[in-house]
Order: sequence, then C-alpha cells, then structure tokens
Amino acid sequence: MSPPGATEPPALSEYRQREQSITLAPVGEQLGERDARGNTQELLTLNFGPHHPATHGVLRLLVTLQGEVVRDIKPIIGYVHTGIEKTAEDKAYWKVIPVVERMDYLSYYFNAMAFCGAVERLVEVEVPKRGQYLRVIHLELNRIASHLIWLGTSALDLGAVSIFLYCLRERELILDLFEMSSGARMHTRYFQVGGVIEDIPSGWERKVREFLKIMPERADEYGAILNSNEIVLQRLRGTCPLDAETLLALGVTGPLLRAAGNPWDLRKADPYSSYEDFKFKIPIGTVGDNYDRFAVRLAEIYESVHIIEQALDGLPEGPHITEDRKVALPPRHELATSMEALIHHFKLVTEGFRVPPGEVYNPIESPRGELGCYVRSDGSSKPARVHMRDPSFVNLQALGPMAKGSYIADMIATTAMLDPILGGIDR
Amino acid sequence: MPDATGLELLAQELREAEGEDAVLETTFFRGRGTLEIEPTHVRAVLERLRAAGYAFLASVHGVDYYPHEPRLGVHYELLDMGRVDRITVKLRVATDAPEVESVTADWPTADHQEREIYDMFGVVFRGHPDLRRILMPEDYEGHPQRRDFPVGGEPVVFTYNERDALGPM
Repeated sequence: MSPPGATEPPALSEYRQREQSITLAPVGEQLGERDARGNTQELLTLNFGPHHPATHGVLRLLVTLQGEVVRDIKPIIGYVHTGIEKTAEDKAYWKVIPVVERMDYLSYYFNAMAFCGAVERLVEVEVPKRGQYLRVIHLELNRIASHLIWLGTSALDLGAVSIFLYCLRERELILDLFEMSSGARMHTRYFQVGGVIEDIPSGWERKVREFLKIMPERADEYGAILNSNEIVLQRLRGTCPLDAETLLALGVTGPLLRAAGNPWDLRKADPYSSYEDFKFKIPIGTVGDNYDRFAVRLAEIYESVHIIEQALDGLPEGPHITEDRKVALPPRHELATSMEALIHHFKLVTEGFRVPPGEVYNPIESPRGELGCYVRSDGSSKPARVHMRDPSFVNLQALGPMAKGSYIADMIATTAMLDPILGGIDR
Repeated sequence: MPDATGLELLAQELREAEGEDAVLETTFFRGRGTLEIEPTHVRAVLERLRAAGYAFLASVHGVDYYPHEPRLGVHYELLDMGRVDRITVKLRVATDAPEVESVTADWPTADHQEREIYDMFGVVFRGHPDLRRILMPEDYEGHPQRRDFPVGGEPVVFTYNERDALGPM
C-alpha cells in the first residue's frame, strides 16, 4: 500500500486490463430493440462472485442481464486451484490418497475410491470382500453427508434457514461415525490401495444402525417441510429444465442427468466394489427441472440407507485389506515377530510400492456424477500423472444452457441444484 | 468392454474408412481397449466411433510422456451407454508444434476440458471457440502440468508485496 500523497500512475496493470477485456458472447443484436412503450433496453453485465454465498464456493459468474432476464453466463473458475494433480506426481502412490481426498471436499471417500480403484487395476490386486463391503458402507454414508450439505445450502439459497440446521445436525452424526471408524471426521484416508486401513471398531455397527433408523425419518421431515412450502415449490417447479440429450452432449452425469429421466448410474450399469450384491432403486425425474433435481437427490438418501442396511446385514468375515504384503502394510503385531514383515513395512513406508507401467481410467458414481480417475504409471513408485475427471467441473458447463432466458432468481436456484463443489472444479 | 479381437476389428474398420495411417496402434490393457490415432484424424475417428455406438464423451485429459517423444498426449474416453462399453482414443503431439483440432463443435462437453489441457500442457486446440486459460491466472507463464515444469519457486502474493508481484493494481 502506498502512503497517502504519493504519486502513483493510475493506469491499470496489464493483468487487470486483460481480465477486464474478457469478451462476452454476441448479444449486440438485442441492443436497440424497442419495448411496448418505445424505450430502448440496455444489457447489464453483472459480476457475480467469487465471494457470494449463493455460489457454493469461490465461483465467479459474469452474467449479462436484460432487465431481470439472464442472457449469458460465463463461469470464471480457478480461484481455489491448488495444483493437487501436480502435487500427486511428487508422492508415492499411498501418499497420494490424502491429497486427492482434498479435491472434492464433500465426497472425500469417492475421490479416494476412484484413485485406489485405478491403482488396484494397475497393480492387479484383489480387494477382499469385507474390504469392498466396508467401502460401500462408507461411500454411501458419505453420499448421504454430501447430499445433506447440498440440501441445507440449497435451501439456504432459497431462503429456508432452518432446514440448513437440520441437515447439518444429521451430517454431524455421519461425521461422528467416520471419526469412530477412522479417527478423522473429514479427509479420513480410510481407503487404501487393496482395501481399507482398519477394520471397524466394535460398537460401530450398532451406531450405524441407530443412524439408519433415524435418517429416513429425518429425510421424511425435510420432504414434509420443503414439499409443502409454497416458496420452494414456486422457485423449483418448472424452472430451468434441460432435456437429457442436451445434458449428455454437455457430458452431464449423476443426479442432474437422472432428473431428466435417464436412469444412468454406474453403480448399476458397471458395478464396482460389490455394488452388484445390493438391491436398490435409481430415482429418476420426468422433466428435468429444478424440482426434479431436488427430488432425485432427496430420494437417493433413502436408497443409500437401504444399501448400507444390506451391506451391514451381509458383511462378510475375513480380512479388510489385501494380504499382498507388497502393496498393503503388514499388521502391527507381525512387526515384532517377523523379519520379513519388518522389511515389507520399511520398503512400503520409505519408497512405497512400484506399479507396473500403464495407464488406466477408473470411473465411479460420485454424488455429483461420473468421477473418473486417470492414472499413468511409468513403473516407478510415484504416479506419472493423476487426473480427476471431476463431475462438478464438467457439469458446470450446463449452467449456461440451463439458466439462459430465465430470471436471475431462477439462476440462483439452478446453481444450487447443480451442486458444484469448487474444490473439485479447481482441484 | 470390447475384447482384444473386437478392438482389432474396430481398428481395421477405422483404417479402411480413414486411411491406413489413421490408427497407429492398438493396446489392450487391464480389460480396456485404447486406440492410438494420428492427430489429424481425431474428429473423423471420433465421429466414426460415435456412429459405432460410443456416443458419450466421458472425459478428455492431457498427459505428458516426458522423456518419450512425441511428448504430449490427449486422451478421449468414450462410452457406449447402451452396451456399457468404454474405449480410449489417444493421440500424441510434439511440444514444438502442439496443435490438435478441437472437437468442441461435435462434443460440447470438451469445451472446458480442452481449455484445461491447453492451460496445463499447452496443447493448442484449433477451432476451439474460446481457448483461454481456465484454472491458472490469465497472465501465467508456462504450462504447469508438464513434467519438466518445476514445483515451487513462485513468490506468494500478500498485501505487502502485491505491487512487486503483480505490478500496479
């Protein structure tokens, strides 16, 4: 900061000039049109964000308005880009898990699952059945937690404050469960290559079942509050619909696509981690408007509860992580008695395991759509490239087509129903 | 998934339609097929695959094959939702002329993803409607995901040194 009175050239820096010179889509043809009273209309370019409570993070939108109608939207992203993909190239495979978990910070188990699944394909290691079931239980708990945050913050955007508090109350129960099983509430590093780091503690199952009893009742309450709220219905019903073909062309997957009536769900279509063992329904919408997007996610909470119940009932006995000592750490008690275990432990902790050269793309169904992890190995113990195809990043492209021609208030509701997580978008 | 034979048949069809040199190599690895194609044929090959059922472009990503030449790679992950079948199309370009034709006109989903590859690897997509940096600042120099791009060494901008770091605001 310069002291007062100092002479500074008022000229803008080259960076600021370039930032301001971002060109908008051609909207000039709408200028000069006369309305019924003979007045001309002017377009207004509004900068929305990056710090705005309704953007769900640091998302900046350049919105061109004609009166109250949105004519053009340009998302500008990158404000929380932290170079996680670059960081990952500098770490051994098992040390990459905590950094990729921090991409999409509401669905950390899914990021770990996509990455571990990709590495497991490269190493060709089999995850034991118990490990797969424990993964499913945690993934679905995480899906509920992610949907709860989405529901709470979206309701907040629509002016319903109390539902946010209710949703966070239930999410807290899930975080308590995560804390009990892994020691951390968020970014738990619970999934490892070859399984999960530890078996669940005694008493955890009982606590999960207690939660499963509560959750559907609470979800009923959310539905009762929101579905009978005139304001919520007015703002969601019939606003900003987009058909399934356009969504597919834009690469949109997940609840947004299902809301438009396309029942595409990787858990059913291309099951991974034993999802084929469970019976569940795929909620779909009909017209693909904001209400369908809301209803599909709310219905998914019940299905997740259903999956967790089945996984707990059928939880097989056995190891929770692969017995392959080249990939997974030996159990603690073996270190005192077995020289071989000590050597494996030392090698894994210092260098990590080496992965045969090759490249794989491993897609899973995250709460927001297809989360794909591309890993390229050059044969060393560090990945040569880790890339996340984050659903939020791709889905954000649909915001323009959805909200163009609608009122600005509907754009807020659409952004909320899009459920973008900026940590995942910017990585 | 197409099995190894199915992949060869697909490659053969593409070679017949687009010329012998269109498909350089086929790899079948861990149950997934990859077609390595000549960069000039990218739009035509993707259109042929779309006609063969792979109608959803799941992901586009860049990769740096340093120290192997040609260094930069672009991968297109295609998905057939009817048969639940995936195939990867990849192409490689050299760092001195990293130009690929954009597929955004045919596949709108590639818009942001091509911008990301341009930003991170410096691959120029000809015909992209709005090829700007997407994650890094507009005035950033270099392409940080390249393997020879060093980590660290950049000044961190705080209020007290922003004038030195960014120039007059």
